[in-house]
Amino acid sequence: MEQYVLIPLLPLVAFVINILLGKSIIRGKAHWPAVLALLGSVVLSVMTFAEVAGGKVINQDIYSWIISGSFRASVGFLIDPLTAIMLIVVTSISLLVYIYSIGYMHGDGGYYRFFAYLCLFTFSMLMLVLSNNLLQLYFGWEAVGLCSYFLIGYYFHKKSASDAGKKAFIVNRFGDFGFGLGVIMIFLNVGSVHYADIFSKVGMLQGQTIALFGYNVDLITLIALLLFCGAVGKSAQIPLHVWLPDAMEGPTPVSALIHAATMVTAGVFMVARFNPVFSLSPVAMGVVAITGATTSLFAATIALVQNDIKRIVAYSTVSQLGYMFLACGVGAYGAGVFHLFTHAYFKALLFLGAGSVMHAMSGELDIQKMGGLKKYMPVTYWTFLIASLSIAGIPGLAGFFSKDEILWLAYNGGTVGRIVWAMGTLVAALTAFYSFRIIFLAFHGKFRGTHEQEHHLHESPKSMTIPLMLLAVGAISAGWLGISETLGGGDFIGHFFQPVLGHPHVHAGEGEEFMVMGISIACAVGGILVSWIFYVLKPEIPKNLAVIFKEIYTVLWNKYYVDELYDAIIIRPTMWIAGSILIPVTDGTIIEGIVNGVPKAIAAFGEKLRKLQTGSLQHYALSMAIGLFILYSLVLIAGK
Amino acid sequence: MVPLNWYIELSAIIFTIGAVGFLIRRNIMIMLISIELMLNSVNISLVAFSHYLQDIRGQVLVLFIITVAASEAAIGLAIVVAMFKNKAVLHTDEIMEMKG
Amino acid sequence: MLPKLYFGYFSIVMVVISLLIITRKNPVHSILWMLALFFHIAGLYLFLNAEFLAAVQLILYAGAILVLFLFVIMMLNLKEEVLDDRFSGDWPIAVFVGGTILVLILIALIALTQGPLGSYTIQAIQAETHAKVLGRVLYTEYLFPFEIASLILLIAVVGAMVLAKKRRTEED
Repeated sequence: MEQYVLIPLLPLVAFVINILLGKSIIRGKAHWPAVLALLGSVVLSVMTFAEVAGGKVINQDIYSWIISGSFRASVGFLIDPLTAIMLIVVTSISLLVYIYSIGYMHGDGGYYRFFAYLCLFTFSMLMLVLSNNLLQLYFGWEAVGLCSYFLIGYYFHKKSASDAGKKAFIVNRFGDFGFGLGVIMIFLNVGSVHYADIFSKVGMLQGQTIALFGYNVDLITLIALLLFCGAVGKSAQIPLHVWLPDAMEGPTPVSALIHAATMVTAGVFMVARFNPVFSLSPVAMGVVAITGATTSLFAATIALVQNDIKRIVAYSTVSQLGYMFLACGVGAYGAGVFHLFTHAYFKALLFLGAGSVMHAMSGELDIQKMGGLKKYMPVTYWTFLIASLSIAGIPGLAGFFSKDEILWLAYNGGTVGRIVWAMGTLVAALTAFYSFRIIFLAFHGKFRGTHEQEHHLHESPKSMTIPLMLLAVGAISAGWLGISETLGGGDFIGHFFQPVLGHPHVHAGEGEEFMVMGISIACAVGGILVSWIFYVLKPEIPKNLAVIFKEIYTVLWNKYYVDELYDAIIIRPTMWIAGSILIPVTDGTIIEGIVNGVPKAIAAFGEKLRKLQTGSLQHYALSMAIGLFILYSLVLIAGK
Repeated sequence: MVPLNWYIELSAIIFTIGAVGFLIRRNIMIMLISIELMLNSVNISLVAFSHYLQDIRGQVLVLFIITVAASEAAIGLAIVVAMFKNKAVLHTDEIMEMKG
Repeated sequence: MLPKLYFGYFSIVMVVISLLIITRKNPVHSILWMLALFFHIAGLYLFLNAEFLAAVQLILYAGAILVLFLFVIMMLNLKEEVLDDRFSGDWPIAVFVGGTILVLILIALIALTQGPLGSYTIQAIQAETHAKVLGRVLYTEYLFPFEIASLILLIAVVGAMVLAKKRRTEED
């Protein structure tokens, strides 16, 4: 058991070392504890994966914190196929991001702090993934949110960065509120928070209803939807997606690690983990699928017109997360997690590549001001190209296999499945288009930046390019684990996940599978082609389109005005309540009134009481006589 | 035979008169005299009890009370003498040094 | 009949004298009335078969304490004293409170029950003289309080000297 405890423990130790000794002793070498710890974790994760692939499953409580009646709050590990895959993803991408950060954050004043928070984040994510009960999951959930806040607001001197950190945390809280309610509902109805108990007993809750505001709501649907609230917040789905683009204020390695590969996928992980609960509620699954598909389309359309390289990739992340929820919603949990696995690699690669580009462009983010970077930074260009091909779904690369699996299983998923399949296919085309938009605008053509920037253009140091290359290997080969049987592969992943995540039914025949595959390949290639036409052959077309469809362009460019909507509906009223009611009335009048008023009253009373001390002996004697009289009367009355 | 009650009532009346005298006079000397009055009234009641209950302890207590009353009068007058050094006429409602 | 008459005379006179004591303008008059009161109290003690106490009362109170009072009163400026107000401002309240206390005591007296009788009957006391009885009890049963009383007298002597002494100034 000890070796599994080490997997999250090593990053925790690295965090403690860095945060305590970082400022004084370690400083510029803060990466050593982090990288060494993660190396250990990676090795152990691979060993664990091998063991689980051999059929081993571990479910054990390490430490019981509270045992009260049937309620048991403990720290425990559940290591099964789902956990094993997540361990690989979290530890490998964390390690590559740490190595990348050595070069990227070199010379920064808070170097030790950065690595300390990264280690804390890895620890929290590992605790989340390894947990065998809802409380530990919730702990990891909140802890990764906290680390996200720390890391997004890392450049805390910049107001926009600290605002973004707050926005991420607060928007997450909205989702976590629903999640917390879901945890409570589960405990109330099942009597335990451990997965083993929940999954074995949830079947008994089927058909039960609960009265809510006068309506009778199906209990399992309610629980599943409440749990999904947390996933919506954490994985940036509509309507709680607004924090993820702003989270790009954090350093790029943070975006790669947290907002691409690990933290945002915690929502998908949770839904996959709770598939026994979700599978019992067709309504909830439909909600999940529709939300995923809608978010996917929504984010892809916004990404079409953004100019900030990191924001495009951020919206791309939101869109791909939508894909994963789409998969879970139609019952293809295995395909969703498979896409999580491949997406982690090519999305992290996209972010780190963007970071490399920013590093070379002295911090410039606007792709309109880039161009022709291909010849200055070949490694970055080729790895970025591989990642974009992968995300577009070009056959042979990782993204193709996972995305295709999702679309195929969606096609088989009934009416809702067909709808979301159509939306997903459209999104595939859009994804290919905007991903290659970045390539053509930033790497091809002529350099459009300033002379200053042109002087500094250089390839990034080895500490940054080696992770890029390693990730590129992942972006190509990660999909080979799941080559579907129709194409001749063994579908290792599908079988690997089957005991935990099940496998949806497939009604349509092989011919339809090839048709679906062909449509998605056509969309991918078509998207790339259109992008090539728009940005390389005839660059005036997008400009004209922007003018012709000015209203649509403005709406997309302003992200459908969602932030403004939230500002008007939620933020302004809250600030008004705070400013007009809470500050003057509750705080000013009531609380200050009590806090100031009580001493004033006591002082006033004391002043009055002081008048008794007249200094005259006879007055004192008179008081004694009066007291005597009262005592006498009391004694007499009591005696009677 | 005079009933015991009468002695006690007499003692009570004189005690009250002494107490009231202590509370209302402005002259320090009269206050001290009122204290002596109160002590004497108590003596009367004690001797009466001793007589009627045929117990000698009342009279022993009277002896002690007289002793203590004498000492207390001496000390009280010494204090008055010390105060007289500052003023010629002493009125209790003007001595308010300990006010507040 | 005679005892009641005797007692009646003494009680009425004592009450009147007490009232006079507390209401005279001239302090010397108060003290003189007090002298009369002490004589009457001594008479009452005689009536109660406590002749030693009557003697002690006269010697101590009338002979010593009153003289002390007179000595100190001589330090007063009597001419101004008789012109000033006698009573302090809030005398009605004090009288009222005193009156109520008196009423309460009198009400309580209604329930007075006599306790068990002791062994010192009048005949027993008169067999040996009163002084002898008191002396014997004082020096055997009540020896400890007796010694303490002597200490109290010592304190009074020392205290009186310390308090009334002239403060020595810097130059001797």
